[in-house]
Amino acid sequence: MHEEVPGLPLYAAAAKVYPQSAHGVYRRIKWILLVVTLCIYYLLPFVRWNRGPSEPAQAVLVDLTHRKFYFFFIEIWPQEVYYLTGLLILAALSLFLMNALAGRVWCGYLCPQTIWTDLFLATERWTEGDRRERMLKDTGPWTIARVKEKTLKHFIWLMIAWWTGGAWVNYFTDAPTLVHDLAMFQAPVVAYVWIGILTFTTYVLAGFMREQVCLFMCPWPRIQAALTDENALNVMYRYDRGEPRTSFKKSAALRVKGEHPGDCIDCGQCIAVCPTGVDIRDGSCLGCIQCGLCIDACDTVMKKIGRQPRLIAYDTDVNVARRLSGKANVYKPIRSRTILYAVLIAGVGLVMLSALAERKNMSVSVMHDRNPMFVRTADGSIRNAWTIHIANRASNSRQFMIKTESFDAAHVEAIGVSSAADGWPVVEVGPDQIREVRVLVTVHAAHLPSKQSLRFEIVDLESGEKASATDNFVAP
Amino acid sequence: MSAEKRPEIDALTGTATTGHDWDGIKELNTPLPRWWLITFYACIVWAIGYWIAYPAWPLVTGFTKGVFHWNSRASVSDDLKELTAMRATMNEKLAAASLAEIERAPELLSFARAEGGAAFAINCVPCHGAGGQGSKGYPNLNADRWLWGGTLEAIQTTIAHGVRWDADRDTHTSLMPSFGHDSLLNGPDMSDVADYVRSLSGNTPEEGADLAAGQSIFIQNCAPCHGEDGRGNIELGAPNLRTQVWLYGGSKADIMDRIQNGGGGVMPAWASRLDPTTIKALAVFVHSLGGGK
Ligand code: SF4
Ligand code: SF4
Repeated sequence: MHEEVPGLPLYAAAAKVYPQSAHGVYRRIKWILLVVTLCIYYLLPFVRWNRGPSEPAQAVLVDLTHRKFYFFFIEIWPQEVYYLTGLLILAALSLFLMNALAGRVWCGYLCPQTIWTDLFLATERWTEGDRRERMLKDTGPWTIARVKEKTLKHFIWLMIAWWTGGAWVNYFTDAPTLVHDLAMFQAPVVAYVWIGILTFTTYVLAGFMREQVCLFMCPWPRIQAALTDENALNVMYRYDRGEPRTSFKKSAALRVKGEHPGDCIDCGQCIAVCPTGVDIRDGSCLGCIQCGLCIDACDTVMKKIGRQPRLIAYDTDVNVARRLSGKANVYKPIRSRTILYAVLIAGVGLVMLSALAERKNMSVSVMHDRNPMFVRTADGSIRNAWTIHIANRASNSRQFMIKTESFDAAHVEAIGVSSAADGWPVVEVGPDQIREVRVLVTVHAAHLPSKQSLRFEIVDLESGEKASATDNFVAP
Repeated sequence: MSAEKRPEIDALTGTATTGHDWDGIKELNTPLPRWWLITFYACIVWAIGYWIAYPAWPLVTGFTKGVFHWNSRASVSDDLKELTAMRATMNEKLAAASLAEIERAPELLSFARAEGGAAFAINCVPCHGAGGQGSKGYPNLNADRWLWGGTLEAIQTTIAHGVRWDADRDTHTSLMPSFGHDSLLNGPDMSDVADYVRSLSGNTPEEGADLAAGQSIFIQNCAPCHGEDGRGNIELGAPNLRTQVWLYGGSKADIMDRIQNGGGGVMPAWASRLDPTTIKALAVFVHSLGGGK
């Protein structure tokens, strides 16, 4: 086409990949994971969790208005975002571990892009037929039947995409109420907007972009390439066994002559099923998402022609090299890096669990006035002021006594608080609320202590539970 | 570039090269993916649309206004309107509640403190400082000595009408005479009375100070405003001299300076600039700084 023009066209049209259906053990694993993860995604917001009357009853909820995150028995307040940091670290470390064990398995089995693409591909196969049929139809003329099929396909795709967006917004508010409101067109506009956005992205990413997301948009293949090593299991064409490849007929003839052709009969099935259009026989590459479908495809071929399965298999670079030098296969899942990742995961997990277990349902934080740092009152006493935040995470209203330790002759008062127990101010904090109080601590000049650190303690009047925070008392 | 020239094909990859060659390294001519290109063009189209829709191009005397006539000032005033609407309910409560009621209702108190704090930052900070800590000649609002009263009501009145603010009929006025300039007292007398005044708040007088002389000068000249015991008079705005809080400094030199020059500070009457609810919030804020009575 462009023969007469020097150079190439401005763009390269992406060669459309027509993945063929595969059957086998890895395909089955993929179906099971697909159903399980999608069920979790769609149904999780409807799981209820009793936290008491003043708290939402949804097991997993991101409450943006009150800036709280609920996850079963865990409830994270805005001051505690470090739990989310911990979760992110755990997620990253798990990815590293997965990578050290079996390369890019996350991509092939659990990544949402893979799962939704699989679902869309299944729809495509159901409406338009398998690879060969689809290729024929796409080059053939537009017939009524084809228009019908395409329309049906896009309709189903859009339905799936719409459900995907719909499920997403359920995580941000009470799901049953939202579903009802959505149906009645009474839900907040932002819910519809988000459903729209996610419907669009799901439809485009899973329906059209597919492998392009993995190849061009996703940063993970670049990162994982640096993380994987020669001991990690990766989908590999065992070229030591497959080469030289020859057609089935020729190899049969060669065998009769006593020669040793490779096991690969160059049938191209492994390429046909590949969702990213990779030829695994070229070696490990960035485009491969480790889904194992080519293993299933090749195993089917090997079975048909009566040869050993697993010409393509999860294998390690180490083993390929060992076999070439006549040694037996080994697989070492326990290596210094897997041990390191496992230890780090366990460590971070333990820290988080103990932090959760230690967590009280009350807390106090103090902030010293910066300007002025201290005030000299009329009678010459020195006064410092703090803004104190008392968080009551219980589902009932509680009374907290504000005490200071370390200064005996200190006078403590809280602005707007008249109640007192033993001379200390007592503030009431509503259920699941944070109350801000301004607290003044006055010390007579004659009693100024030598050590100026001051400990605030809040005590729940009913249960006696305590929390404290320490700060400095500033004097001239 | 001649039309006949064919692109060179790289032997290893089978891809055409651009013909560029750096030290034997040749650049492959790898075209962009189509979707990338489409996205790129779409961005260009979007940018052009943006120029038309929004203010974009500087002209000689102005700028293109854009078809939506959007501007940041209008958007700020919309935001402000929204904010006022959002605060309306609390503001109504604030307007309706008495000062004492506000101090007793935690929610209203923190709202008033927030609103008062914001108003304070805009209007009061230049004189009284960011934390109300004041400075020489500008009262520290955190301390518990008040020239014109430290109750909620007194603070509200002072904010509304100001001090020595002639434009307001109800402004507080008082005047410390200039004992030096007007030759009401001579040097040694001023020194004696300054020593006495310092002793009122428990300071050790300088050596050789004649406190008895100072006291009699005080009773004759100062007691009418500051009281015989020096405890001041809030009605007159005369400060209590028996405290550790000094508006113009507590050293002998500072006190001599006040006696010599007299006079007093000025504060605007804010009622002409701020609405009553804001003044109320300001009063609550100042009161809650800690010095309020
Ligand atoms: S090469 Fe095989 S494992 Fe890799 S993406 Fe293709 S089908 Fe999946
Ligand atoms: S499916 Fe197996 S036999 Fe067929 S081309 Fe691929 S590796 Fe060779």
